[in-house]
Amino acid sequence: MLILHCPYCGVMADETELHGGGEAHLTRHGPGSSDEDFHDYLFAKENPRGVHFERWRHVQGCGKWFHAARDTATLEVFGTYPAQTTEPPKAIRKAITAKRPGWTWRGFSDPAK
Amino acid sequence: MSEAASALSGAAYEGGLVRVADAGLQGMVTLRGDLEAEAIRAAVREASGCDMPGQRAITAEGDAAVAWMAPDEVLILGPHARAGDTCAALEAALQGQHHLAVNVSDARALFTVTGEDAAVREVLAKLAPVDLSPGAFGPGDFRRSRLAQVPGAFWMPQAGVMRVICFRSVAQYVFDLLCTSAAPGSRVGYFEA
Ligand SMILES: [Zn+2]
Repeated sequence: MLILHCPYCGVMADETELHGGGEAHLTRHGPGSSDEDFHDYLFAKENPRGVHFERWRHVQGCGKWFHAARDTATLEVFGTYPAQTTEPPKAIRKAITAKRPGWTWRGFSDPAK
Repeated sequence: MSEAASALSGAAYEGGLVRVADAGLQGMVTLRGDLEAEAIRAAVREASGCDMPGQRAITAEGDAAVAWMAPDEVLILGPHARAGDTCAALEAALQGQHHLAVNVSDARALFTVTGEDAAVREVLAKLAPVDLSPGAFGPGDFRRSRLAQVPGAFWMPQAGVMRVICFRSVAQYVFDLLCTSAAPGSRVGYFEA
């Protein structure tokens, strides 16, 4: 059972109160973008085995969207953070480094580097 | 003027671990806006007599209460007949302030679960993924969660009493859930001292 801390209402919400929203920190390519950019926005996802960043919604709760950083293989949760950001906060990246030195994900990596 | 009726017209269940009853007509006004803004806090105090609740809390004063729903949403409870006026008062007080006030009284159902405190906690704990032990949840707390398969919210005005809100469209489902959870012979005794 995945349990995530909702940064908005403070609940340790179990998976049954949550709804997954797919990969986090996507750059939206809409009207006017190239076919390739639009294709990648829709379909080209990291889907890693290991460190991952996702969007979740506390749907059976306060209703808010937030971000989570976790390991898809072990289900270990590194932390959750608000939706109003385009990149993982430094504290979250440090928490990942403490457990998975040398990690990278899209353009993000260990903040010490 | 049509005559207002609660979802299950006062249906009640007795003979189980607790008493489950349709609580009748209940005024409910949803207010969304910046809960930190002084204008919003003042309008809520004026309309309900209650202070703005903190995170996952409920404040009460007389026949009114204000429940924290989200960082930008509260639910104002009061007499059903007064909900329209409460809404209008909020609208008037919040002119020019970004907000939304809606009378949702007839879109919701309210149930009361009463009995021995440990049994009341147990009936809800069987249905929601929430820690309902006395140290984790008690009077003054408010929780939005799910009740089996549908959204619901609940609070304890006092020991041995739980009030449960759900959408009116699933009122029968939630009433049946609560009754099943309270069925004779189904006591787990998890919260018994
Ligand atoms: Zn939440």
